[in-house]
Amino acid sequence: MTACLETRGLTKLFGSVCVTEGVDFRLMPGERRALIGPNGAGKTTMINLLTGRLRPSSGSVFLHGIDVTRLGEARRIKRGIGRTFQITSLFPALSVRENVYLAVAERDGIAARMFRPAFGWKPQLQRVDELLERFHLSDVANETVQLLPYGKQRLLEFAVSLALKPTILLLDEPAAGLPTAEAAIILEVIDRLPKDVTVLLIDHDMDLVFRFAQRITVLVRGRILAEGTPAEIAADGRVRQAYLGEGGHGRHP
Amino acid sequence: MIGSSIVAILFFGVAYGMILYLISVGLSVTMGLMGFVNLAHGVFAMAGGYATVSLMNTMGVPFFPSLALACIIVTGMGFVLERTLYSRLYGATELRQVLFSIALCLVAMAIVRIVWGPLAQPIQLPEYLTGQTDILGQALPTYRLFLVAFAAIVIGGLWLTFERTLFGARIRAAVDDRAMAQAVGINTKRLFAATFGLGTGLAALGGGLGADILAIAPAYPLQHIVLFLIVVAVGGLGSIKGPFIAALAIGVSDTACKYFFPEVGSVFVFALVFLLLLWRPNGIMERR
Amino acid sequence: MSHQSATLAAATRPADPTKLRALEVLPWVAALTFYFVAPGYEPLATQVFVMILFALSLDLLVGFAGIVTLGHAALFGTGAYAAGLLSVNGITDPIVTAVLATLAAAAVGLVTGALMLRTKGLALLMLSLAACFLLYEVANQATPWTGGDDGLQGVTFSPLFGIFPFDFRGQTAFFYSLGVLFLAFLAMRRLVNSPFGWSLRGIRENDGRMRALGCPIYLRRLTAYVLASAIAGLAGALQAQTTQFVALHVLSFQLSGDILIMLILGGAGGLYGAFIGVPVYMLAQDLLAKQDPANWYLWQGAMLLAITFFAPGGLTALAQQALSAIKGKLRR
Repeated sequence: MTACLETRGLTKLFGSVCVTEGVDFRLMPGERRALIGPNGAGKTTMINLLTGRLRPSSGSVFLHGIDVTRLGEARRIKRGIGRTFQITSLFPALSVRENVYLAVAERDGIAARMFRPAFGWKPQLQRVDELLERFHLSDVANETVQLLPYGKQRLLEFAVSLALKPTILLLDEPAAGLPTAEAAIILEVIDRLPKDVTVLLIDHDMDLVFRFAQRITVLVRGRILAEGTPAEIAADGRVRQAYLGEGGHGRHP
Repeated sequence: MIGSSIVAILFFGVAYGMILYLISVGLSVTMGLMGFVNLAHGVFAMAGGYATVSLMNTMGVPFFPSLALACIIVTGMGFVLERTLYSRLYGATELRQVLFSIALCLVAMAIVRIVWGPLAQPIQLPEYLTGQTDILGQALPTYRLFLVAFAAIVIGGLWLTFERTLFGARIRAAVDDRAMAQAVGINTKRLFAATFGLGTGLAALGGGLGADILAIAPAYPLQHIVLFLIVVAVGGLGSIKGPFIAALAIGVSDTACKYFFPEVGSVFVFALVFLLLLWRPNGIMERR
Repeated sequence: MSHQSATLAAATRPADPTKLRALEVLPWVAALTFYFVAPGYEPLATQVFVMILFALSLDLLVGFAGIVTLGHAALFGTGAYAAGLLSVNGITDPIVTAVLATLAAAAVGLVTGALMLRTKGLALLMLSLAACFLLYEVANQATPWTGGDDGLQGVTFSPLFGIFPFDFRGQTAFFYSLGVLFLAFLAMRRLVNSPFGWSLRGIRENDGRMRALGCPIYLRRLTAYVLASAIAGLAGALQAQTTQFVALHVLSFQLSGDILIMLILGGAGGLYGAFIGVPVYMLAQDLLAKQDPANWYLWQGAMLLAITFFAPGGLTALAQQALSAIKGKLRR
């Protein structure tokens, strides 16, 4: 079976600092994987390398067996990679509905159409409204995003990413710092993602990680330290060492 | 014949380039440091020119004290403007910075025109700086020779300040990584104001020294801003040596262009700049 | 910062283009009324229409796509010189020359835009400026063709549709430019309300996020740039046709700056800023510059300072705030 996302010898240098070092990583279709590691382990950099936001210094990225190392971010997104941002990245002066609309329009390939008004595309608008409903955002649909409370912005961040109907979803600390109510909505959405969507989750919340993941990859100082089932990782002394040794963060496995 | 005209072109071009550099270097550092698109930098050079000329012509102050006083006055002016107006727009959109600085140009142009009238202000050079001096069998204007030498000393001093003093180190650190500079305890607010003051003071010196190259007239800030911006953009934001190379290159190539192909005017220079910026959008001496 | 963005947000709220709001009829009624109440001022009104069209094209870039250019006159001037040169060389039909001039400006926009838009920030500003100065210098030096500093003389156009000659009073010019402005405005209104128009707003707000949505940003921005160039070129052609003259000024940095100020005065990003900013600016200029140019600079500068510090949304945003304040009072 071909991996749907694979890296070979992936390396990224910032100046002389090596943030990702020779990472070989395979994600199988439909898998639920978590990527954990202490702060500064290079987890977000890893996501940025996978989506094409950053270019690797060496090594390659494969999507469904095809080398996409040289493809830009937009082209990889078109091939089904989706991601959420750890630091909320939205369109602040636009409304909640407009934010989701932009994503749906890009996904459905109508975003460059110039004649029919944006609200004239009924199926797309309907999908926007469904997404808003799913994330409990319908009542703030016409609010300007920058005036929204943080929790709602995180929900919107998620809705925008899912509007692209990605087949591989990279979640960068989706529930970090969220009020319980919003965190619950996001966890529910993650749980209900279709089985054929592949999910890679970065998070420091070990309860979430161990409940969610079928397999866990541990990244320390840019290298893969261990990989295995939650039970194997929990029992792995090196992992414990890495977390404790680095001062630890959040709850420990 | 050709040989001597090449020497003359190089000489005039270098003199022109040094004036451009003195005026623009402050712009480079402030734009690199504060990320502020400042189209009003020419205002300070113009102010330096007017201050020098007025001190000499109406109050009879000698040339050098006038230059020094002009620098001090304009430095103060830059300092005050930075604290009162510029600092409010740090982090604002590029568009608002552009509009603000155009507004500042317009107001300055209007004031100057109301006080001094629409005509260019001639500078009365001291006797000993007029006339010609023979260098290697070639007669060159004494004032330009003085200008090149004087500017070279100032530039040397500036570079030493930048490389060897704590103040210079702080500027370099803040240009590279402002957040980090703040984190290690550099007072960026004060640093910005001081740098801005220094930059405007140098511009004033350039404006006063270069009064016979870039004439002191009300249209000054908008007429020449494209030159200063080109020096900065080509030289590289935040760099202090990049703009030197850029200024000399522009000074020499513009002078040569006007000498050899007067009918094409500045077309070559602008085309060159256009291509150069496409090749290196962040300038020839990219920091960061 | 938040204040500025809030006013911006109000200006970007989508208007349902099938529903015409009462206020939207106002500029056109005003233009027609002007014709009857102020006979003899047709040439001034025509100038205003041309500048509104020019400002509209800039609004597409600055207000919607977030591309700040200091050299927009390069495209206006291309259109003006294209129309003028066609006329001097025997092609004098107004519609044909206008179409060709529009295409010429679009072509120049395609070339310069394709190069410029690879950069951003200061480099983009500088490239737009350099392109404008470059074209200005070319027109200035190509005296045999363009007349250089003296401007292009002997520009005449045949009657509109073969029926209405460009008369001395400027009536044909008045209705012709008003008609073109109206059609171009309708097209632009459709454009900014289309998915394409919305994606431009997205790029303006957060280009990194748009890229993460799979949007080909460079292509999208270039498309917007070429369209804006075409409209600017059309405005330039109108200028040449209605004044029967092309001055070097049409390519100048000063005009680029002036049109930017006019747009910002009215308010960018809502299509209506141009309709308020241009007439107010040109009227003020007419009143103030006559006495003393220094005076005019001072007013211009003061106005611009006031706008940047106190009303970044321009006059339209101020009017909107005033309107909603009044509505709020009435409701109570």
